[in-house]
Amino acid sequence: MSAPAAQNSIASRRPARRIDAALIGLLLGAAILWFAPVGMGRYGTYVLSLWLVMSIGVMGLNLTLGYAGQSSLAQAAFMGLGAYATAILTTKYGVSWYAAFALSGLLTFAVGLLLGFPALRVRTHYLAFVTLAFSTLIWLLIRNEQWLTGGVYGISNINRPDFLGIKLFGALEFHRFVVVVTLVLSLKLWWLVRSPWGRAFTALRENPVRAASLGVDTRAYTLLAFAIGSAYGGFAGSLYAPLVEFIDPSPFSLSQSLFLLLMVVAGGSGYLFGPFVGALLGVVLPEWLRFAGSLYLIIFATIVLALLVICPQGVCGLIERGWHALRRKTGGAR
Amino acid sequence: MAEFIAYLIAGIATGAIYALAAIGFTLVWQTSQTINFAQGEFVMLPAVLILLAVKLFGLPLWAGGLLGIAVFLLIFGAGFKLVVVDPMIKHGVLPLAIATMALSTIMKEGAKDGFSAEAQSFPSLVPTDMVNLLGVSISLQHLAIIVVAFAAIGLLQWFVGGTRLGRQMQATAQNPTVARILGIPVERMVLLTFLLNAALAVVASLLISPIYLAKFSNGETIGLFAFIAAIVGGFNQVRGALVGGILIGVADSLAAAYISTQYRLAVPLVLLVAIILIKPEGLMGRKEERRI
Repeated sequence: MSAPAAQNSIASRRPARRIDAALIGLLLGAAILWFAPVGMGRYGTYVLSLWLVMSIGVMGLNLTLGYAGQSSLAQAAFMGLGAYATAILTTKYGVSWYAAFALSGLLTFAVGLLLGFPALRVRTHYLAFVTLAFSTLIWLLIRNEQWLTGGVYGISNINRPDFLGIKLFGALEFHRFVVVVTLVLSLKLWWLVRSPWGRAFTALRENPVRAASLGVDTRAYTLLAFAIGSAYGGFAGSLYAPLVEFIDPSPFSLSQSLFLLLMVVAGGSGYLFGPFVGALLGVVLPEWLRFAGSLYLIIFATIVLALLVICPQGVCGLIERGWHALRRKTGGAR
Repeated sequence: MAEFIAYLIAGIATGAIYALAAIGFTLVWQTSQTINFAQGEFVMLPAVLILLAVKLFGLPLWAGGLLGIAVFLLIFGAGFKLVVVDPMIKHGVLPLAIATMALSTIMKEGAKDGFSAEAQSFPSLVPTDMVNLLGVSISLQHLAIIVVAFAAIGLLQWFVGGTRLGRQMQATAQNPTVARILGIPVERMVLLTFLLNAALAVVASLLISPIYLAKFSNGETIGLFAFIAAIVGGFNQVRGALVGGILIGVADSLAAAYISTQYRLAVPLVLLVAIILIKPEGLMGRKEERRI
């Protein structure tokens, strides 16, 4: 056991340095994105905002998959729950967006706990199957309960919120709002992953047996990671509804959940910036590869498949690998 | 009552098809720790390939059928193992599971873009007449499905338990290390399992497509039902997958008839959660057999 212990202590020392870089990276990224849409036009700005919103959803899934080592096939369904909760509360009941946002998070957190509890009684891949079935159920609910969700016609005229009296109707204003919310949520996650809680998540993924023997309540932490991850899905949905201003069942289907999961893997599961990279590949790249059209999903899935064979840590893992190789080379030259 | 029996038989028929998919799923899991999330797409694709072969090359149905099946066995039996599973297995169960999810996306979108986004009718191998049996009108197609599916499962059971090759395969599934020491060609046995899985998927596809039509998105439901059947029945057993499949099929058929057609998919979910809460090792599973 001494060899892995030594390895672990090295591993735990290294992130300490990387974490400050991560914080700076987040703040810098937010600052760049604040100004990025200048001169990009309405649609370009919309794509950037959409990228960030999807990143939030992928971030949550990254917590579940990358840190707690569980696969959830219902992240799009959780986004749907958040989006519909927000849309219904704000358009039909006149609730403020902020309250709806909080409620969406709470709702998805609670549903995550309810779903995860039975599934995680029997470890590993049962959560995948339970969430798979759940995602189908949510899709049915959204499509069939027309009195509440508008069925296939969806809900339109979803208003964008105010911020301290400033109206956020314009694409640029709302984009900046999305940047702030994304920053707040990713800082929260950054803090979470760094906290003793987050360390416990990582311990689970690296070596569940050892984590359990050290007194980490494996099940409780996995459940919590899944519930928080689901809540991020709810937050993402809650932002998605006012961004698009119209929602219908199609973006919350099972295929979309699979797509989100592939984004986590493509970006690099377990990396703080992985979700941004993954969502960039999944959301922004298809805009540039317009000629590929509906073939894009196939191309994307093939890229992920290839990445999984070559480097299961995704693009972030590839970059890290390249960076280490480069450092070793320059270090040797000196 | 007559109506009830008709629904029951329809449920057993679809359940037998889910059982075929679930059995392939458990076989592959046992021999190579592969959780194949593309299992539903495996059942969807053969019918699509057959129709595609008929359309592209203008072949008669039987020739298109043979070509489609051959291509499918080659790519998704042998190719799946060699290209996807073998390089990935060393990274662990989770990355491999995700790889199969990526594969399912490729198969589904490929069928949509390469074949058709609309449901296409698939010829039935038996007449679709109804027969009257003791006052109950039963679809001949359902009877044929039950007969063929059970024959396939019986054949499989005989192969696994009654032949030398099958017993070698079983040994590989139970303990690859010992099997290797005993001189069993483990790699070849694993490959055989993947081929068997693909063959079972072909049978399921041929049986289900005349009823549900050939459509790219069919795999979602079939896969879901097959996974649930495997879990409900007990993950590690052919017998369990069979019982689970029939149970799910009957529950689905009766739910659609007596509860709600819109929410028929919710019934298996409830069944799944109930089983996980009450008997997580599955109806037919024993505790120590559960390795997942």
